[in-house]
Amino acid sequence: MGHSIKRKEDPLLIRGRGHFVDDIKLNGMLFLDFVRSPYAHAKIKSINTDRAKALPGVVAVITGNDLKGLGLDWIPTLAYDNMMVLPTEKVVFQQQEVVGIVATDRYAAADAVTLVDIEYEPLPAVSDPFKALEKDSPIVRDDKGTNHIFHWEAGDRALTDKAIADSDIVVKQDMYYPRIHVSYMETCGCVADFDPVEGHLTLWMTTQAPHAVRTVAALVTKIPENKIRIISPDIGGGFGGKVYVYPGYIVATVGSILTGHPVKWINDRSDDQPSTAFGRDFHMSGEIAAKKDGTITALKIKTISDHGAFHGDANPTKFPVGLFSIVTGSYDLKNAFCEVDAAYTNKPQGGITYRCSFRVTEAVYVVERMVDVLAHKLGMDPAELRMKNFIPAEKFPYKSVLGWTYDSGNYSAALKKAMERIGYADLRKEQEEKRKKGELMGIGISSFTEIVGAGPSHDFDILGLKMFDSAEIRIHPTGKVISRFGTKSQGQGHQTTYAQIIAEELGIPTEDITVEEGDTDTAPYGLGTYASRSTPTAGAAASMASRKIRDKAKKIAAYLLEAREEDLEWERGRFYVKGSPSKGKTIQEIAFAAYTNHPPGVEAGLEAVDYYDPPNMTFPFGSYICVVDIDRGTGEAKVRRFIAVDDCGNIINPLIVDGQIQGALTMGFGTSFLEEIKYDEDGNVFGGNFMDYLIPTAVETPKWETDKTVTPCPHHPLGTKGVGESATVGSPAAFVNAVVDALAFSGITHVEMPLNPWKIRKALEEKGLALEN
Amino acid sequence: MTNKMDISVNVNGQAQKGQVEPRLLLVHFLRETLNLTGTHIGCDTSNCGACAVLLDGKAVKSCTVFAVQANGSSVTTVEGLAQGAKLHPIQEGFWEKHGLQCGYCTPGMMIASVELLGKNPNPTEEEIRKGISGNLCRCTGYVKIVEAVQYAAEKMRQQQKVEVPAR
Repeated sequence: MGHSIKRKEDPLLIRGRGHFVDDIKLNGMLFLDFVRSPYAHAKIKSINTDRAKALPGVVAVITGNDLKGLGLDWIPTLAYDNMMVLPTEKVVFQQQEVVGIVATDRYAAADAVTLVDIEYEPLPAVSDPFKALEKDSPIVRDDKGTNHIFHWEAGDRALTDKAIADSDIVVKQDMYYPRIHVSYMETCGCVADFDPVEGHLTLWMTTQAPHAVRTVAALVTKIPENKIRIISPDIGGGFGGKVYVYPGYIVATVGSILTGHPVKWINDRSDDQPSTAFGRDFHMSGEIAAKKDGTITALKIKTISDHGAFHGDANPTKFPVGLFSIVTGSYDLKNAFCEVDAAYTNKPQGGITYRCSFRVTEAVYVVERMVDVLAHKLGMDPAELRMKNFIPAEKFPYKSVLGWTYDSGNYSAALKKAMERIGYADLRKEQEEKRKKGELMGIGISSFTEIVGAGPSHDFDILGLKMFDSAEIRIHPTGKVISRFGTKSQGQGHQTTYAQIIAEELGIPTEDITVEEGDTDTAPYGLGTYASRSTPTAGAAASMASRKIRDKAKKIAAYLLEAREEDLEWERGRFYVKGSPSKGKTIQEIAFAAYTNHPPGVEAGLEAVDYYDPPNMTFPFGSYICVVDIDRGTGEAKVRRFIAVDDCGNIINPLIVDGQIQGALTMGFGTSFLEEIKYDEDGNVFGGNFMDYLIPTAVETPKWETDKTVTPCPHHPLGTKGVGESATVGSPAAFVNAVVDALAFSGITHVEMPLNPWKIRKALEEKGLALEN
Repeated sequence: MTNKMDISVNVNGQAQKGQVEPRLLLVHFLRETLNLTGTHIGCDTSNCGACAVLLDGKAVKSCTVFAVQANGSSVTTVEGLAQGAKLHPIQEGFWEKHGLQCGYCTPGMMIASVELLGKNPNPTEEEIRKGISGNLCRCTGYVKIVEAVQYAAEKMRQQQKVEVPAR
């Protein structure tokens, strides 16, 4: 532990020998493509597939009515709603899958897509959630009769209102967290192979949660669970977008059942981007109150949340808005209230994706922005205001007013370190001098608190499945290990990290440990990898299973050494007799004995499985500081420096953690400056491909500086917390705070993401700050 | 689309013949006809570079080249970078410096880097960033990719030095 060993997964990947789903080739395999809707909202008057069926190479054409006959035209989402697989009466978003074409290869399928004749009657669409909640809005879901999905709230409204009324200063700010897409480099896809003799389905698919998918598939299709094998092969990035179940998986499976052939479906990028799950799309109105001295007294957030046409968030059941109630952030607040109203619109489903830790991203953004808005109103330095209101280190474990018990933290230490690293005081001086010369420079801070590692079974389930996770470890006679997990890496490096955990616990070299995930036939049950949960749950299970093995190994060692168990001591990889260090047995010798000479009364073999139910969530945190320079001519904001001080507790592999943080910072940067999926009033999508949706390249991406503090998690067996999402969660507020900080002297309190030159230039023009050429 | 054309392409040092539809993309010829699945497809608008290969030594996006256009040319894919068990310095660099996470963009990223280092054996950080700007990575944030390319550049310069006296 704590060592930057090279990754075990890399030798295959750097040789081009990975196993991604599109690499699979089976005998007789067919290819599935989709006819998609040009309209956001339209009645389907007729579908004529004759010309498509007549095309050589076309084997099957699948419509919504075909699925209806199988009871598969609608399927349950992960959030107790239903979603269309293929429509029978109307389409509800642009680019929705309408007809599936199964053909001998992808070229023939694409040809046939152009030969399906569909007659639509366009209906008025609604793409704005505020309008969707008005009385006379078009109704997206005829089966629901309303566009209002749910109202959710947390905290005490009356007490919060009173605290606001009693405060010296109250500031309000509206802000929109735009709709974005995870844009994993590998689009979604699958290969479905149904064996009609055995009645057995094998489905290789791009899923982050293979076990949960199998259970849901068994319940929906009535294929027995033991006859469904889900395999997640190598996955080219997931970021939450591959938790959802998409029509392609279902139609490919139906295609395989109907044709008797394996069927492959791979989304083109321009199909994937506008039809798979989006992230965010949160309209937030913040209100923050304080005393004159800067003591924050209350926080109130009202949100309208746009869910698209189906409520499909992969959320824990109890938390329809995810963990948004972490919105009090790093601050010791006595009063807080938040509420969310969710709306259907004519857009694809989503919300919980893009490394968001179940809506923690939105929560952190709004609180970190509101603290800055307050600081500017008070005329107080944003760092000083934060320091004044942080939960003090000695108050942990800390019970937040909205009900979470924060495990551990030292927020002022992280901010102090970031300020020292970046030279905060000097930067403030420089900013002052530059402003006198008419140059715009801003410094933005974000001191975020995350909540990850879902989660304890008393609070966390998805569709009733408790959110434990698992590890199974088998030590074979020669001391070599095969271990399997209920999670599924999509680039996070689980093969390496989990091997390091087992190595730490059992003293077996990492090269002797094989780590497998993603095959429901072989791996123990688990809820998968998302929301930074793998190390907090399955990683902990690896520790616990190792310790069970160590307990048994001790019995075997005692037998071999003819000693009493209580007289044995453990050192890395070896039991020895207390006082006689030379008299001992290595774990490898013990493993051999477990199969060749096991003690009477003790079972043979050396293996263990653990289903780890975490006692609490983990609460990673950190402080980020961003420095921007703004060009008053072009409106471009250039990130000059960015320091990220993260605290994810004890670190297993520093190289991997650093990589996770740098990658997530880049996603946060993309969100803040470049990315957005927009819709016009008719529901036409903009940003539905890589020409229109801007992902940061190496040229725009700032040079990240990273550092850390270490505050171990008190309840995780290794003291670690999750880390994968900290920087997507924490960084956007730092970028926006920096840009607003540069402009705040002019009275500007907010600029919406993405902070593109056009928006900043417009803000400059409004205040007469823009330069001509 | 029945008029197939005969092509012959040297791929990773091996002569390959094929009968292909004129519209077949080079990336599909490599992946589906030759089963060289290391070259990936990440988009359909020539933006992401996951499909980059060397065509007569020049990095191209193989989703934007027809297989017939490669007729008579030589192609190097990620599978052709290592020499037997010996990794190419760029592969070593990506492994040593944690230049990959999910590994999906990696083959294209390494191909673009190899082209860059062929033209510029000692690039600055800015030159590296510009050199790989036609390739998108969603996992790493590019810092460690830059370090991987720097590692490879250093290693290749060392190898050059060793080779010079031998000539």
